[in-house]
Amino acid sequence: MTITVQNNPPADFHPDRVREIAEALRGLDGPLLPILHAVNERFGYVDERALPVIADVLNLTRAEVQGVVSFYHDFRRAPAGRHVVKICRAEACQAMGAERLIAELETLFAVKLGETSKDGRVTLEAVYCLGNCALSPAALIDGKLFGRLDAPCVQAQVGK
Amino acid sequence: MTQLIYVPDDAAALSVGADAVAEAICTEISRRGLDAKLVRTGSRGLLWLEPLVEFATPGGRIGYGNVDAATVSALFDDPAHTRSLGLVEEIPYLKSQQRLTFARCGIIDPLSLDEYQTHGGLAGLRRALEMTCTDIAEQVVESGLRGRGGAGFPTGIKWRTVAAAPADQKYIVCNADEGDSGTFADRMLMEGDPFLLIEGMVIAGLAVGADKGFVYIRSEYPHAIAKMRRAIQAAHKGQLLGRNILGGGKYFDLELRVGAGAYICGEETSLLESLEGRRGQVRPKPPLPAIAGLFGKPTVINNVLSLAAVPTILAQGAAFYRDFGMGRSRGTMPVQLAGNVRRGGLIERAFGLSLREIIETYGGGTASGRPVRAVQVGGPLGAYWPPALFDTPFDYETFAEKSGMIGHGGVVVFDDSVDMARQARFALEFCAIESCGKCTPCRIGSTRGVETMDRIIQGERPVENTALVRDLCEILRDGSLCALGGLTPMPVLSAMDHFPEDFSRAE
Repeated sequence: MTITVQNNPPADFHPDRVREIAEALRGLDGPLLPILHAVNERFGYVDERALPVIADVLNLTRAEVQGVVSFYHDFRRAPAGRHVVKICRAEACQAMGAERLIAELETLFAVKLGETSKDGRVTLEAVYCLGNCALSPAALIDGKLFGRLDAPCVQAQVGK
Repeated sequence: MTQLIYVPDDAAALSVGADAVAEAICTEISRRGLDAKLVRTGSRGLLWLEPLVEFATPGGRIGYGNVDAATVSALFDDPAHTRSLGLVEEIPYLKSQQRLTFARCGIIDPLSLDEYQTHGGLAGLRRALEMTCTDIAEQVVESGLRGRGGAGFPTGIKWRTVAAAPADQKYIVCNADEGDSGTFADRMLMEGDPFLLIEGMVIAGLAVGADKGFVYIRSEYPHAIAKMRRAIQAAHKGQLLGRNILGGGKYFDLELRVGAGAYICGEETSLLESLEGRRGQVRPKPPLPAIAGLFGKPTVINNVLSLAAVPTILAQGAAFYRDFGMGRSRGTMPVQLAGNVRRGGLIERAFGLSLREIIETYGGGTASGRPVRAVQVGGPLGAYWPPALFDTPFDYETFAEKSGMIGHGGVVVFDDSVDMARQARFALEFCAIESCGKCTPCRIGSTRGVETMDRIIQGERPVENTALVRDLCEILRDGSLCALGGLTPMPVLSAMDHFPEDFSRAE
């Protein structure tokens, strides 16, 4: 199955591309989230400079757009590392040692949860449930779901 | 005759290598020049056996559990291979279930509308098309169906309210923002039998006079999003959606929307805000969404499992569905068993089975082999219970009497290595992370709660600080605008009540 792979090299930011995306989706009912998702996917993050453009197309204030962007965990404010590891730290995964695994990964990649490693290789993020709770611990690595996860498995994916 | 071989493409199966197994099977078929075909299905919900491969035989499908790519060739050589589980339908875990909603999941190709119909799909919608709007809603009322998202509000009453509300436009919104840890039934259904959800939504539209629907799926479910998107396209082609539903001249359109990583958007008013393109902040009620919901219009907002139960009710009649269950909990509940458990998976049974049966008979105890110390039922806002309460039957009212809730049906098992003070701290931390910020008890109280729990864990005046957390929980419970703040005290207080030793160790 084809799913979004998040480690594609993000396109260079250009306000005109943002305007194109916003214009194409403005006809939807409640278009702001679909537009932000599209921008996030296209550039790998939502650049500060995209906000006034989206606000202009939707006839919103910049503050309204800013408020929505900052509310949702998915919209990045800066590009991610080459690999994105979204590791679940909700209860079912905790019961199978997720906190220990997170600590291992933090050491392994020299990165804190919620940050990108200095070499830009890995972004390690917490996620609260991936719906894979019978096969915990679980993570989404570059958009691909893993279950019964351990540190060597993450390293094998990120090492590629 | 062509040999059919089944491998799930459900996200859980994929997470443990189902794609590699499927690929190996295709290689083997062509290498051996066999007249065989691989079919990708949803999951049976026997998740500890994934990847589960099934071979069709005249006597039924034979299953092989925990298959990896390297084992595939041996399965072709020896049908009695050690991984053989015999007939899948005869596996006690599955055989003992009462599958109404998940009857087709794991059996059919989820995107084949033909197979959906061959296996009983669309019978409910066909009946609904012959009925009046009022009769459809009354069937749902009579069935006793209650909202499966967690609140347990009678689905039919909601529909009645929306049907009676005068408006030029009404909406059906499916809440597929399944954020509770330990739950995956919505995901499994959308990936394994998406037409059932679509059929349920079309019926809801007919019942209340709505011609537009939205499915709001959380972004953490990329496979479910992809599957639903393709199912909606196929439904348009097959006249299950669009201008002339099943040739009956009715209109219903469906749009898929993706969440953006906010647990609070599973709360119905917050979800509506999010759909409208705003911060997912909770709306005060009243007005109810049934009166003024999406874009201010009367809106039915139901959980995936509530809507997916509707086709069965229409096809088999309200009495058939109501005959399952106990007390005021009617029908079946897809229980999701997860965490530190040997046999995790989906168990659809009539209400009334005991927690012990779920954890011990189905689950077989912990995965670690250590004793079970606690289970959390009903997601991150549900209570932590000790084994002393395991004889409680799965029922909305009985759980509420014991200060617990069944929520969306998730059961998360913990072994004796769990530190309940840390779990209580996490409940408050989760509330702080996911609070929408609209009301003060939730926004501020959660953070103060985490700080106070830290003191307890460090052994700083545990008695006084525990009393302080209890007091704070009271404010959260009584003063919060929605269930996030209102129910966060449930895991915290239940941990303190049932496992007091974990809150006073350093004293």
